[in-house]
Amino acid sequence: MDAPTIGRIRSAGALFVSLMLFWIMLNGSLASDVLIVGVVASVVIAFLHRDGLSIFAEARFTPASVVATFGYIGYFLKELVKSNLHIAAVVLDPALPVRPGIVRVHTRLRSRTGRLLLANSITLTPGTLTVEMEDEWFYVHWVTMEAADQEEATRQIVAGFESYLEVMYG
Amino acid sequence: MTMALEIVGGLLLVAGTAFLLLGGLGLVRMPDVYNRIQTGTKATTLGTLLTLAGAACLQPGWTVKLLLIGFFLLFTNPLSSQVLARAAHRSHVAAAPVTEIDLLDEETGEEA
Repeated sequence: MDAPTIGRIRSAGALFVSLMLFWIMLNGSLASDVLIVGVVASVVIAFLHRDGLSIFAEARFTPASVVATFGYIGYFLKELVKSNLHIAAVVLDPALPVRPGIVRVHTRLRSRTGRLLLANSITLTPGTLTVEMEDEWFYVHWVTMEAADQEEATRQIVAGFESYLEVMYG
Repeated sequence: MTMALEIVGGLLLVAGTAFLLLGGLGLVRMPDVYNRIQTGTKATTLGTLLTLAGAACLQPGWTVKLLLIGFFLLFTNPLSSQVLARAAHRSHVAAAPVTEIDLLDEETGEEA
């Protein structure tokens, strides 16, 4: 088999596994009728979306990437709380000290899933919002802009998440 | 033990609601559409997650389903905010005058 076919099979398989996990968690049961419905639905959806992305597609399964995954989740939750408090302070301040701007940042990530997760992480932490993606460039709206310079903005917005995602997805 | 869980759950619910309130306040106070997307749709992420966590403490049987809701939220919320912001920018919705720099706009200006 050629490489694209293998890639498609791997991607569809990864999608099937994620769908089945979701289905079982949602039902909270391993009864055979539940499983049969889940398998049929997951196979059909995985087949229809065999070129699509799923969180396990393109992921690396090495001990280092498992460690990085937990590190990523921890770092993400920390950033989420920190930036929510930051935005809360801005909103409550009578002077409304916003300094918005759209800056350009660069990512070293190569895989599509890695970039997707990076853009999502940037967007999920309030204060930064990915507006547009062009290859390895992200355009990020920043409520309290601290640096217009591309390298400094990249360091502040991207670097933290990227170091984990790089190990997980490359 | 149950008592402690109930207190923690109640506190989490209150904290979550407080963040949701601040998100609403931000929606009113922020100067333009991009900043409103930031507070209105995303400062609420933590609010909703805390509310879900509070509900999980009060009803431990729901934990798995609440986790799934949180997971869905974490995947759909940034996508919708990003698409909204991109649509706004592509249809030339003006940013507030206070905006200092718009590198995306300068780029597209060069292409045109």
